[in-house]
Amino acid sequence: MVSPLWAWDGLPLAVVLSSFVPGVLIMFLREEQTLLRNTLNMTGALAKVGFVGLMLQGVAAGASYEWAFEILPGLELSLAGDALALLFVTLSAVLWLVTTVYAIGYMEASRNRTRFFAFFSLCVTATTGIAMAGDLFTFVIFYEALTWATYPLVVHSGTPEAIRAGRTYLAYTLGAGAILVVGAVGFEVTTGTVAFAAGGVVDPMAVEAEPIRYLLLFLCLLVGMGVKSAIFPIHGWLPTAMVAPAPVSALLHAVAVVKAGAFGVIRLIHSLFGIEVSWEMGLTTLVAVLASFTIIYASVRALAQTDIKRILAFSTVSQLSYIALGVALLDPLAQVGGLVHLVHQGIMKITLFFCAGVIAQTLGVKTVGAMGGVARRMPLTMAAFTVAALGMIGLPPVAGFISKWYLGLGALGAGAPWVILVLLASSLLNAAYFLPILRTAYFDEPSESWSDPWPHHRLEADWRMVLPAVITAALSLAVGVFAASDWSPLGWALLIVERGGL
Amino acid sequence: MNPVDLYMLAGIAITLIALYAALTRAHLFWKVLAINLMGTGIFLILLAAPSRRTPEIADPLPQAMVLTGIVVAVAATALALGIALRVIARSDLPFLPDGDEDDPDSPGSTGEASR
Amino acid sequence: MTPFELWSTVVIFGPLLASVVALSARPALLRAGLVLGSLSALVGSAGLWRAVILYGPGRHLLGGWGQPLGIELWIDGFGVAMLAVTALVGALTSLYANSYFGDLSELSVRESPAGRGARFFAPLWLLLWTALNGIYLSADLFNLYVTLEILGLSAAAIVTLAVSRQATVAGMRYLLVSLIGSLLYLLGVALLYVQYGTLSLEGLAAIGPSGPIPAIALAAMTVGMAAKTALFPFHAWLPPAHAGAPAPGSAILSALVVKGSFFILVRLWFSVYGGGSPEGLVLLGVLGSGAILWGSVLALRQVSLKRLIAYSTVAQLGYLFVMFPLLIPEPGLWNADAWTGGLLLAISHALAKAAMFLAAGNMSYAVAQDRLTAISGVAHRLPMSFFAFGVGGLSLAGLPPSAGFVGKWLLLRSAFETAHWIWIAVIAVGGLLTIAYVLKVLRYALDRDEAPEDFRPVPRRMEWAAALLALAAMALGVRALELVELLLVGGPFPW
Repeated sequence: MVSPLWAWDGLPLAVVLSSFVPGVLIMFLREEQTLLRNTLNMTGALAKVGFVGLMLQGVAAGASYEWAFEILPGLELSLAGDALALLFVTLSAVLWLVTTVYAIGYMEASRNRTRFFAFFSLCVTATTGIAMAGDLFTFVIFYEALTWATYPLVVHSGTPEAIRAGRTYLAYTLGAGAILVVGAVGFEVTTGTVAFAAGGVVDPMAVEAEPIRYLLLFLCLLVGMGVKSAIFPIHGWLPTAMVAPAPVSALLHAVAVVKAGAFGVIRLIHSLFGIEVSWEMGLTTLVAVLASFTIIYASVRALAQTDIKRILAFSTVSQLSYIALGVALLDPLAQVGGLVHLVHQGIMKITLFFCAGVIAQTLGVKTVGAMGGVARRMPLTMAAFTVAALGMIGLPPVAGFISKWYLGLGALGAGAPWVILVLLASSLLNAAYFLPILRTAYFDEPSESWSDPWPHHRLEADWRMVLPAVITAALSLAVGVFAASDWSPLGWALLIVERGGL
Repeated sequence: MNPVDLYMLAGIAITLIALYAALTRAHLFWKVLAINLMGTGIFLILLAAPSRRTPEIADPLPQAMVLTGIVVAVAATALALGIALRVIARSDLPFLPDGDEDDPDSPGSTGEASR
Repeated sequence: MTPFELWSTVVIFGPLLASVVALSARPALLRAGLVLGSLSALVGSAGLWRAVILYGPGRHLLGGWGQPLGIELWIDGFGVAMLAVTALVGALTSLYANSYFGDLSELSVRESPAGRGARFFAPLWLLLWTALNGIYLSADLFNLYVTLEILGLSAAAIVTLAVSRQATVAGMRYLLVSLIGSLLYLLGVALLYVQYGTLSLEGLAAIGPSGPIPAIALAAMTVGMAAKTALFPFHAWLPPAHAGAPAPGSAILSALVVKGSFFILVRLWFSVYGGGSPEGLVLLGVLGSGAILWGSVLALRQVSLKRLIAYSTVAQLGYLFVMFPLLIPEPGLWNADAWTGGLLLAISHALAKAAMFLAAGNMSYAVAQDRLTAISGVAHRLPMSFFAFGVGGLSLAGLPPSAGFVGKWLLLRSAFETAHWIWIAVIAVGGLLTIAYVLKVLRYALDRDEAPEDFRPVPRRMEWAAALLALAAMALGVRALELVELLLVGGPFPW
């Protein structure tokens, strides 16, 4: 019998290489080789989605993937494809494909596209590596690689403002990265392993013997993971990094980089310390409280912004903490909520950034006050924006509702009803900063100073930018409407928790 | 005090005095000379060493070492004098300048402020 | 003839013969010398690597004469690892030098400064290479002295190949420090001979030197070698000398030459003295930490490209001394992670620093200046050099994937294992400072969107040499297994 395609052991490596190889090849291209560059990008993105699709089939059928390569005696570059890894890999692979189309349109007239696309691919590579890391050592390698690979994208425009933002970004992420490495090595020496395992690898007896040591290790690792998932008080880099081009903000600062941090928190609590041990040490409470505070605090900050991208950035900070909050609650449903929000928030937020990017690129509109009439000028884009914004607020049947529903149920199950208050307050605040944007766009008079006033017999903007936004908006509706399907993110998150995959 | 110990002590004394001179004298030729002298002091220690341990047997090893050392010293002196002459030719002074001109922190630097 | 005898002969006498060949003024012979030296070093160290893995440490009595009067070579994992990295860096730097000093086939301008550089760089460098290989294989203290002197003399001569007054002054200062350092070492050798009547490293290790005279000897040798390794606070001579030399010279000096005296220090403290005194080890570690912090701060303040890289060498050498207190946490025990981690850092520094100096050489070659402000926009014309500098910097900073990262991981691990908390902070902070000064250069290079106008094209070969070195530093971060195995053959106590 011919073994199915998904039975190939090398799939995890193929998933990583499918963005790495194009990235490296693009580095050698000249600026004007646009066609070749785009072909490489699209081929890589499509290949990645294909490989991930195969792995999804395999994991659904009960297979699991492991691929390892010894770097040092006893330390391996280890890639594993289990259900949890695939949740994140699928998200980044699909969104990378969409973003590639978007970026080709968005960057058309920009300089240094070769550098841009090369590092973009490297960032995606690092993200997939983080998702599939089979142990802490591999995780740290890709996590730190993601940090430096993102820097050239943040400073892409080369303006003094971008350089400053880049410096802030590095100060936060590398500083925390150094702490992460120290924590990781300490964890290895203390527990004798770097492996990720469902239920954790920390021995509860050992924690009782040396509580301070384990506490410090947890805090080191939490700082390292927390900085990318922008948990208060180490969230400051994210709003600053919004000077990056829109595709970067969309994919990296709404999905890849920040999700890598959130994913790290999941790994820390569930695969290293184990939820029970973390709970007994009181650390889940710490994470839950920090996350709750971040949710409220960032929403309040978002209210005070006028720049659309900065509003979105603070909204990201706030929404990311839903994930940390969910996985820190000792209840399966809350964990489902946190996991599913990893996907839902990604799809919705990337839509918002796509739209903000098209509007800024086409009309030159960057602030809420200038949004007047945009809905008439760009109906498709604003429709997509509206769907995603309503989803963020948590209106059914958009994806965000599902996340909040499960988080709420889980909070009750975990005996933490105060979380419901946090969720409610956050929803109100979300409404308070998103609805004014919609109101202005739909009901206010158009501005006179648009850089591209009215389209005649053509689409409202470059189709390569409008289409991705429409697709992701449709996706955020679809994952909400069809949440009951086995193949929806919710179905997959339930599968992870059922299989004890956390 | 037997003569061998005297050699030893003299060797150590010459080495240390020469080291002091090499570090403190500013004139390049003094420095080169002092370094030569320092080598000689060490050779003296080496030559005295075997007689101190086993006075009755001749030990060829120190002599081999000192001979090699002399060759090295000649080469080093030649190179040092050669470079010293070039320093003098380029700066008209037989001294090494105090500060380091390219160092933004040192006095007399022409470097612009770092940014 | 055993493989040890065959390949150790090739690895030492190949470059020596090549240096004689390169003394000829004929361009073809100059180039032949560089090729011969590179090939024999590469092939010889590969052969020794294989032999050491197969048979363990080995020896070679030159001409059949043993110690004390004959010269004996000792081949173990540490020495072969250093030989191998020297061969790799050396071969690529030779390739670079071949283009850097102008086309060697046109030595018509022999009297011009460039002509002089082209004429004398190759023989001096090949002699220096011979000396380094000799150090890594020496089995007795006096042989170490002779090779050390050859190393110091040829290195100082290379600095003065640059024509500027600053370079001449720097070369003079370097030579003086080097000579005094070697003589302090020789003083220690003499004292040890007075005490024990032997110069064999193995024999001394068997005796286990202790007592006041050996202690004074160790102190004298350590000060001498620390001065030559530019260990803080003896570092002041290094930046002008390393920055003043012609670009391939800078790469050799910073990447390789300082490792020669570092190698001797490791041999003395561990292989011969069995760890020396714990206080001494901690003192060296403290000086190393001082070097990391002070060197990095000074690197950040520099306005000239090569100066900045040279100060970075001061800082990075500090890491190698942090290894000292971690290696022997308590008497009688040694920590393998500290050993492999520290030496991996030494090796990755050699690769990365050579890549950075060559890349910097390309940038200043292109704009004929060395000021950081002058290289603005160079990245657009020299993407490969920019890449090499960036990747080299990545490795220095210990960011993955790079040899610097795995080295730091191991060193941190040893610090945790031995519960030396303070070194953990030093290692972590040093990495962040490194990033700061590497980024400073990258920012200048990217500063403008257009390339500078008065731009001299850089030969492709020079760009490739830098990029390949950087890639090697990166590759070692993905696969360090074999090198670690090699380093453990013999370990710090090979006898």
